[in-house]
Amino acid sequence: MGVVELAGQLDLPKATVHGILRTLQSVGFVEQDAGSGKYQLGAALLHMGSSYLDGNELRTRALNWSDSLAARSGESVRIGTLHEGQVLVVHHVFRPDDSRQALEVGALLPGHATAMGKVLLAANRYATEGLIASGLPAFTAATVTEGDVLAAELERVLERGWAADVQELVVGEASVAAPIHDRRGVVVGAIGISGPIERLLEGGAPRNDLVSYVREAARAVSRDLGGIPW
Amino acid sequence: MRTTQTYIASVDQGTASSRCIVFDRSARVVSVSQIEHRHLFPRPGLVEHDAEEIWQNVLTVVREALAAAALTVSDLVALGITNQRETTVLWDRATGEPVHNAISWQDTRTDRLVDELAGDVGQHRFRDRCGLPLATYFSGPKIRWLLDNVPGVRERAEAGEVLFGTMDSWLVWRLCGRHLTDVTNAGRTMLMNLETLDWDDVLLDGMGVPRAMLPEIRPSMEVYGEAGGELAGLPVAAALGDQHAALFGQTCFDPGDAKCTYGTGSFLLMNTGSEPARSTNGLLTTVGYKIGDEPATYALEGSIAVTGALVQWFRDKVGLIGSAPEIETLARSVEDNGGCYFVPAFSGLFAPHWRSDARGVIAGLTGYISKGHLARAVLEATAWQTREVVEAMNGDAGVAMRALKVDGGMTANNLLMQCLADVLDVPVVRPIVAETPSLGAAYAAGLAVGYWPDTNTLRSHWHKAAEWLPDMDPAQRDRGYRKWRKAVQRTLDWVDDDDE
Repeated sequence: MGVVELAGQLDLPKATVHGILRTLQSVGFVEQDAGSGKYQLGAALLHMGSSYLDGNELRTRALNWSDSLAARSGESVRIGTLHEGQVLVVHHVFRPDDSRQALEVGALLPGHATAMGKVLLAANRYATEGLIASGLPAFTAATVTEGDVLAAELERVLERGWAADVQELVVGEASVAAPIHDRRGVVVGAIGISGPIERLLEGGAPRNDLVSYVREAARAVSRDLGGIPW
Repeated sequence: MRTTQTYIASVDQGTASSRCIVFDRSARVVSVSQIEHRHLFPRPGLVEHDAEEIWQNVLTVVREALAAAALTVSDLVALGITNQRETTVLWDRATGEPVHNAISWQDTRTDRLVDELAGDVGQHRFRDRCGLPLATYFSGPKIRWLLDNVPGVRERAEAGEVLFGTMDSWLVWRLCGRHLTDVTNAGRTMLMNLETLDWDDVLLDGMGVPRAMLPEIRPSMEVYGEAGGELAGLPVAAALGDQHAALFGQTCFDPGDAKCTYGTGSFLLMNTGSEPARSTNGLLTTVGYKIGDEPATYALEGSIAVTGALVQWFRDKVGLIGSAPEIETLARSVEDNGGCYFVPAFSGLFAPHWRSDARGVIAGLTGYISKGHLARAVLEATAWQTREVVEAMNGDAGVAMRALKVDGGMTANNLLMQCLADVLDVPVVRPIVAETPSLGAAYAAGLAVGYWPDTNTLRSHWHKAAEWLPDMDPAQRDRGYRKWRKAVQRTLDWVDDDDE
């Protein structure tokens, strides 16, 4: 859009709009086309509200470790980032049994009903509050739909460093996930496995060995991102 | 309590970096360490490495990979080596010091020499014996250039005082003190006879390379010796060129099995069994691998010089992205290529064209083209180049490829993988270990020392990690390929005799 057009729509003097545009341009929120002189939304805006790390970058850095997790656990692996209270799947490794499976990269999963979602929400109070305010839909009888129950669970997730969902999204299925940190310690994603409760659970809770595989993979990816000093 | 579990390590000495991966008995990755080395560009077309820097990096990555898994050398049963092929090192037998920087396979300084060698007979002068056309790519012409241009080297090479090796030989020499190479690496020199698997006097005479400087040719997997120094006692038990190791790592053990590795360059290899298959479509005949005393397994190969390297160029020289994976983010900011095609003939065109006089073009430029379209064209260049090689291979093999097994760093790029499935019109499948050269070298070393009993055991480790299915309108596919081929035509005959 041009300055005159913007000033007309905002009902502001042209000089004021010009000043605002110059400020927005200096931080990359708008860009000016060199030829036409018109303004458009800038690249910096695209990065706001999404993860701190490009999802394609995250997938590339995590490729070996997510393969390794699938091989060790025998289950499918997903890596997700937080996207408006939901989990955006940026990487998916098939369950290593050569059965027919479809790639789910780009899918959105509910934040409160998946292990990855809980890991990501536990690290982002602002997103959690927004999600609770907009309501927590039930997918199964086990889905957490009460805001304070979710908040309490996220506290526990933060404390122990991993999360689980037991039949909270799909009856008969469970998932386990752990956070991926970047070099500033910021949670930039979650890595997790999912599969049938018969394989993932023991006595109603996630199997210890699977939890440790997931946490080791998360630590390995974080280490490659410079998030853990050892 | 001391655990009795043992591991196997492999070193992948690649074009851009050296990497060590430690695997367990289930062929799962235990730890990884990687260091990039410098590329030296003395002049346009010249690409060199510092062989000493690479050797130090290899020691460092092995040390770091062991440390990352809290292991010591004694926890390893063997070390396998896989390496960037054709890159040529000459060193002094007495001191072990290189007499010149290593000349990279990407280096095109030998283009005029290659023309001279072809003479009236043409670029297929040596093809019957070695399976390869004359091209700047292979080691033989690089050796000849060094003999002709580095003072004193020819005399000392004839006396056996200066030795030749590809990176496998260089590393084995430094590790074990033996001067040897494996059949897959030797097969890329243009000096080895494909039938006898030994140096060929006609080829040596034709290329002007003295036999005294050449390493002994050994199978791809057997115990070559034990390492000394900080790796003392570690058996070095395999060496394969990176693409051959990838073929092995993808468990392409049967005739007709094929894989493509996407890295700096990309390489499609198909197992053709125990007889060398001759190509009429510009593909290379090469040794796939040789297990100990068993007969060699041959392969057809189509190589593409610039794929990942184009993304790196886009990052480092154009600067529109900060890291290689960001190419996907930028490419996804637009719907299609906007009519723009990028043929990255930076060092000429390789298979199936083999035109060293070609140079890169960006075709179809209009005022509409944005950086997003350019990013698309960069990624699509890899897919279209693969399509050309697949068509050639289908022609030589007489059967149409039904699926493509892929590996290498670029398989992390989902947009590219989907694009590949779309333009090839076959499913594209990634196995659970993307670093198949490393895995293949570990498999080979593991077979040599009995860590794994046989190839069937190795095959049971192969699992599908991802699959992309074709989803493109056939008319659109045909139109895209037609435009691509027109763009390729525009790269030809660019280099002139008086070019600097």
